[in-house]
Amino acid sequence: MRIALFITCVNDLLYPETGKAVVRILERLGHKVEFPDSQTCCGQMHANSGYRAEALPLVRGFVETFDRYDAVVAPSGSCVAMVRESYPRFVPAAAGVASRTYELSELLVDVLGVTDVGAAFPHVVTYHPTCHGLRVLRLGDKPLRLLRAVADLELVGLAGAEECCGFGGTFAMKNAGVSGAMLDDKCTAIEQTDADVIAAADNSCLAHIGGGLSRRGSPIRVMHYAEILGGAS
Amino acid sequence: MSTSSVPTGRGRLAGPLPFPDAARRQLADAQLRVNLRRATHTIRDKRARVVAELPDWEQLRLAGSAIKADVLARLPELLVQFEDAATRAGATVHWARDATEACDVVTRLVRQTGADEVVKVKSMATQEIELNEALERAGIHATETDLAELIVQLADDEPSHILVPAIHYNRHQIREIFAGRMGDAPAGLTDDPRALAEAARLHLRRKFLSSTVAISGANFAVADTGTLVVVESEGNGRMCLTLPQTLISVVGVEKLVPTFGDLEVFLQLLPRSSTGERMNPYTSMWTGVTPGDGPQNVHIVLVDNGRSAVLADEVGRQALHCIRCSACLNVCPVYERVGGHAYESVYPGPIGAILSPQLTGVTASPSASTLPWASSLCGACYDVCPVRINIPEVLVHLRQSVVDAHRDRPSPERTAMQALSWVMGDRRRYARALRAARRGSAPLAAALRRRTVRRLPPPLSGWTAYRDAPLPVGESFRDWWRRTR
Ligand code: SF4
Repeated sequence: MRIALFITCVNDLLYPETGKAVVRILERLGHKVEFPDSQTCCGQMHANSGYRAEALPLVRGFVETFDRYDAVVAPSGSCVAMVRESYPRFVPAAAGVASRTYELSELLVDVLGVTDVGAAFPHVVTYHPTCHGLRVLRLGDKPLRLLRAVADLELVGLAGAEECCGFGGTFAMKNAGVSGAMLDDKCTAIEQTDADVIAAADNSCLAHIGGGLSRRGSPIRVMHYAEILGGAS
Repeated sequence: MSTSSVPTGRGRLAGPLPFPDAARRQLADAQLRVNLRRATHTIRDKRARVVAELPDWEQLRLAGSAIKADVLARLPELLVQFEDAATRAGATVHWARDATEACDVVTRLVRQTGADEVVKVKSMATQEIELNEALERAGIHATETDLAELIVQLADDEPSHILVPAIHYNRHQIREIFAGRMGDAPAGLTDDPRALAEAARLHLRRKFLSSTVAISGANFAVADTGTLVVVESEGNGRMCLTLPQTLISVVGVEKLVPTFGDLEVFLQLLPRSSTGERMNPYTSMWTGVTPGDGPQNVHIVLVDNGRSAVLADEVGRQALHCIRCSACLNVCPVYERVGGHAYESVYPGPIGAILSPQLTGVTASPSASTLPWASSLCGACYDVCPVRINIPEVLVHLRQSVVDAHRDRPSPERTAMQALSWVMGDRRRYARALRAARRGSAPLAAALRRRTVRRLPPPLSGWTAYRDAPLPVGESFRDWWRRTR
């Protein structure tokens, strides 16, 4: 199976460790991962902000780059949701690659049939299911099943876990006050757990949550769950 | 009046403030946030419990959505069918293109009866067209008989929720309103909910017994029988719909269902989604006039007020499926923080964000052109909507309409979006930009000795007002890949 990594622009620039972790996990499981370097950005920000014409070349670029692979994996529920749900509405020819583009937990659990990726992580972790993974991709408990199989990891519940953290792309700036109020409640819920780490499937939401926790002086760290799975046991 | 273009909606649908400003004003009210959080979470949980009881909930939603799509596809034909059936049953049907016409018709009908007081059943359509204000100008006083609507009316306030218009008040505040503004409030009124309800009951009973004219809306209008349906919880509606001689119902044209049998679907979807009840306490149905029983003078005013314009939009028209259950408000994280008034329309929350701008036109007001952004696109509304309105999809579609409508004006945002698209459209430009971003921020990161920054200039200041921002440092993923592979 030819697996391609779609790193996403946010991860490429700000969170390369998440991408390295995805490569590590898949190679540990015996798969070869390719990184086609003509990839750039999925165009979600443009599309969701109302700039369809500006998103279109990015959609086309993605399809050209990834159409030849059996599976495309991205460490972002939100970007995968954009590809899977919105691409076919932009270009009908995208339907094929859209259906073969997976968020990491989908590739591991559904396609490769794995829940134990051989990781260890001696920390208390809580998990925030980010909205597009939760309600567009319906990831359900797939990321949690992967985390539960990690050695030495203690997973604790998060009150109001399914409530949006308030990120929402440009919403965080356009409606900064409302976004900040939502973030406040999310940070309070996180601080009420015993967790050392808050994990999620989207680094963009985690940048927002982490920025809020850091502003409050909280010692709790944010981490993409791929980085937890990428740690060796 | 010109008939060449589709009329847009008027009335209580838009406001002078852009949503972010209206929201900021509401966010400052700490008591409001406490009240809203408690109320929305209570209804939200109740809804989730009763919806989980039904194994065929998803099928019901699909059926509800399909019936409404059918109604929209055959709207003119079904409206005429409804008019025929209702007329045959003894009702008089009136047509109103917009709020002004609808208010004129109702005012004229009330005047003809000689009454200067009317009782009202809670209705979104009459709030939308600002009927009470129009009647007041004609010297006719309308009394709202739904408890929450009465509270809002006494307080001289605006409704802030579709189902619970006074959701922004707690019981201490309600006691204050009653004691201060309800002429016949009992002395020594406490804030015990039962005492408050009793005071309202006595106040309203006098109105029910003395009024000869009632005004209602309708939850459903059945095309094949000409029947109107009102569901409610307090019995005030039943009083209004049966006691007075004259009954005038103001009905949005999208309230139709094709057949009486279709009610089976909606009478399951609506109560579970709205109040979290298995069945609503009062379901009133009437078909024209029944001689010797109930109102003998029955009028129905069918109102467009922008709905035809919404119908013309292929993506946006699904907003007309709405049965006003308010489930989307109760799960919305934005509504929960800012309340209904921030939406500056009788329709708040997620449905308001897609319906109000469409009814008036997206460029008609500062609120209309900013409401499509009043959402993090979290999708909680779409999940609960009993008629499966894909609210996030319509929000994005309307954002596009606003952006497209403003293409002839200079906009820093558009310039940035175009530049980003240009950079990201090509791998070499993109790789160079990544390197430039890291080089640009490296001195800052070195000086700060950390990878976060607490303050950024506009437009990124919106980010750092509430959260620290990450800085790119080290090596991008693609550079790492090239170096190590
Ligand atoms: S949009 Fe859907 S959930 Fe919201 S009020 Fe209308 S029917 Fe209810």
